[in-house]
Amino acid sequence: MSNAAIAPELGPTGQNELVRELQDRIRKLQSTKLDSRDLPTNPAIARLLPGGALKQGSAYSVERSATLLMALLAPPSAAGTWVGVVGVPEFGVEAAAGFGIDLDRLALVPHPGDQWLAVTAAIADVMGIVVTRPPQKASDGSIARLAARLRQRGTTLIVLGSWPQSEAMLTLEESSWVGIGEGHGHLTARQATVIVSSSTGRPRRARLWLPDAGYQVREAGMRPVDTADAPVADIRAPRTWRA
Amino acid sequence: MKQPIQPPGTAPERVMLLWCPDWPVIAAIRTHGLKPDARIALIESGRVYACSGSARAEGVKRGLKLREAQARCPDLIVQPYRADEDARAFEPVLTAIEEAMPGVQPLRPGVCAIRSRGPAQFYGSEEEAALWLLDHVDALGVPASRVGIADGVFTAEQAARSPQPQRIGIVPAGDAATFLAPLPVSILDDLALTGLLRRLGVYTLGEFAALPAELVLDRFGDPGARLHSLAGGRDSRPVIARVPPDELDASIDFEPPLDRVDQVAFGVRATADAFIRSLTDTKLVCTAVLVQLESANGELSERSWLHPRSFTAAEVVDRVRWQLQGGSTETGLSAPIGRVRLIPEAIDSIGNHEEGLWGSGPDERIHHALSRVQSMLGRTAVLTPAIGGGRAPADRMTLVPWGDRVLHEREPDRPWPGRLPDPAPATVFEPPRPITVFAASGAEVAVDDRGGLSEPPATVSAGSSTLRVAAWAGPWMVDERWWDPDAASRVSRFQLVDASGVAWLLSLEHGHWWAEARYD
Repeated sequence: MSNAAIAPELGPTGQNELVRELQDRIRKLQSTKLDSRDLPTNPAIARLLPGGALKQGSAYSVERSATLLMALLAPPSAAGTWVGVVGVPEFGVEAAAGFGIDLDRLALVPHPGDQWLAVTAAIADVMGIVVTRPPQKASDGSIARLAARLRQRGTTLIVLGSWPQSEAMLTLEESSWVGIGEGHGHLTARQATVIVSSSTGRPRRARLWLPDAGYQVREAGMRPVDTADAPVADIRAPRTWRA
Repeated sequence: MKQPIQPPGTAPERVMLLWCPDWPVIAAIRTHGLKPDARIALIESGRVYACSGSARAEGVKRGLKLREAQARCPDLIVQPYRADEDARAFEPVLTAIEEAMPGVQPLRPGVCAIRSRGPAQFYGSEEEAALWLLDHVDALGVPASRVGIADGVFTAEQAARSPQPQRIGIVPAGDAATFLAPLPVSILDDLALTGLLRRLGVYTLGEFAALPAELVLDRFGDPGARLHSLAGGRDSRPVIARVPPDELDASIDFEPPLDRVDQVAFGVRATADAFIRSLTDTKLVCTAVLVQLESANGELSERSWLHPRSFTAAEVVDRVRWQLQGGSTETGLSAPIGRVRLIPEAIDSIGNHEEGLWGSGPDERIHHALSRVQSMLGRTAVLTPAIGGGRAPADRMTLVPWGDRVLHEREPDRPWPGRLPDPAPATVFEPPRPITVFAASGAEVAVDDRGGLSEPPATVSAGSSTLRVAAWAGPWMVDERWWDPDAASRVSRFQLVDASGVAWLLSLEHGHWWAEARYD
């Protein structure tokens, strides 16, 4: 995606939006090739991704958030894509089902050991999305081979952690939980800022419900979120506790 | 005399009935390889269903509560009653009888009926035929079985059960009513009817049979009328011989015994092919297979493998290999294998398993790829998840090896009070990780027996990093399975949000803090 290089820093925000929209349209027109079809993803997150969608045959990396990973996986899985999760023994199945991942089309290989690259490649051959966490740094050669295989098969790779050839990196910031106070309530929903940084262009961020009280991932209003210190807990009641 | 339900001309035929007393016990002894004189009781829903003669001598009897039975006979061997085991163990008996005389009708495990006319002519007399039958059954090691010969199945069973030293009870043709007359009505096996009859002053079958048939029909309906004709020795049930089932088991003997997994797996391939082909020929598919491996020194390894759809030959070979490996990926065996037996445990009509036009179940390609990963890492390395029952997030994850059917350890449909409210944590640590929670005073936070918190948590520290606690909730006490000392757990759960915005599910058990899951 070399056309992102022309993303200029225009002054007013309105113009900036217009330019971005035009760029998006150009990208969409360009990406009608067979090898870069899109996977349906949560629209709130897809908006932040380069190209406006999760692309087949590309790699993405997600840092420090399994919830964000599940929010990414749920719509393609519900639409019939098989998902393989390699080397993530702590993948929370109940949360996955709650987000809408179809457990019938989910296969887990929690402990691939030192064969994780071979296992990832074998699963990438047949499944639409592979999630993996590299246990150690992979060699450049093996990464390139895997990338070629992904492109050829049209498989999307989502890496938990950093990955040299990733299309975009998704991270979370400023989580604020709703429903829990100091000694009362329980976790019900959370707002967090999702930051998507890609090699092409500056990081995009959005404030999302991740999840809201009904396991939905959606935008939390339109207010721009900068580095404002959001309250960690929205409900604050006086502490009443018998010591 | 008028006979309301029995059309004229269908006089009861002569029936030879074999009764093996205490069959469930014999079946359990044969299945579990117990000593024949063991004091054994089979338990169904907390009560004794059947017990061996030696246990009966100690005062154990049917219908007794388990605890009462154990009090009467402290060294009682207790096994759960399993009807399928019972029926399966009776199968060799039926097969042996079919070799000697044709047309066996299994009535229930331990009891079967044979039309006696043919055998009586062949062996010379009814008594001679019964002796032959007992010889055959004794040769199988079934002790003290008895034979009754009479008009109709009901009368024949009463003849077999009649308390007399001889093992053969013969009621001559036409004497059924006379034979049955002195027996109590309670043998009719209909509690409501027999209770009512006793209150009406009818104590014996003879008295019951003497009642007018029309009145019995009016008062007790068709079921009562049927029992009335049974009591009169007019059992209209014919003996319907079973169709002997096809032999679907397959086995192969290795001579000399093989001591490598791959050798056995290769050797069993043709047998597996034949096994699946014979099933397909009878328009059946196998959904559960029992693999028996017999080693050269007589050890028997037996395991039942379930399949989410139906087995192919290659998958059967895989199951044999996995069973040989016993979870490890090594190729050596503790003892060379002399015999492999494949028994279809559950079969289904092939019509129910035909693939749809666009295929059903997971894609073949996915199955191949995952099977390949299984061959690289071992069978239990590739898992399919399901949501099970339970309270802790780790308990609620049911992980099943790829290719197996989901069997829930804890019922997912139950309400599970005390489980965590939604949303579920996205990261579930298995096993939990150690973590420490400190109060503002610097002391570790503790919970007393009544669920009282010593001090509110202020900081949480995992490994080298320490974070301020921004919000917390709990403790939620969960006291699970207190009746089982091995599985009991008494845990206080907390939800806790640290200063970086990550929420944790923590548990405090016996003074140790654990991070069970993370909401990240």
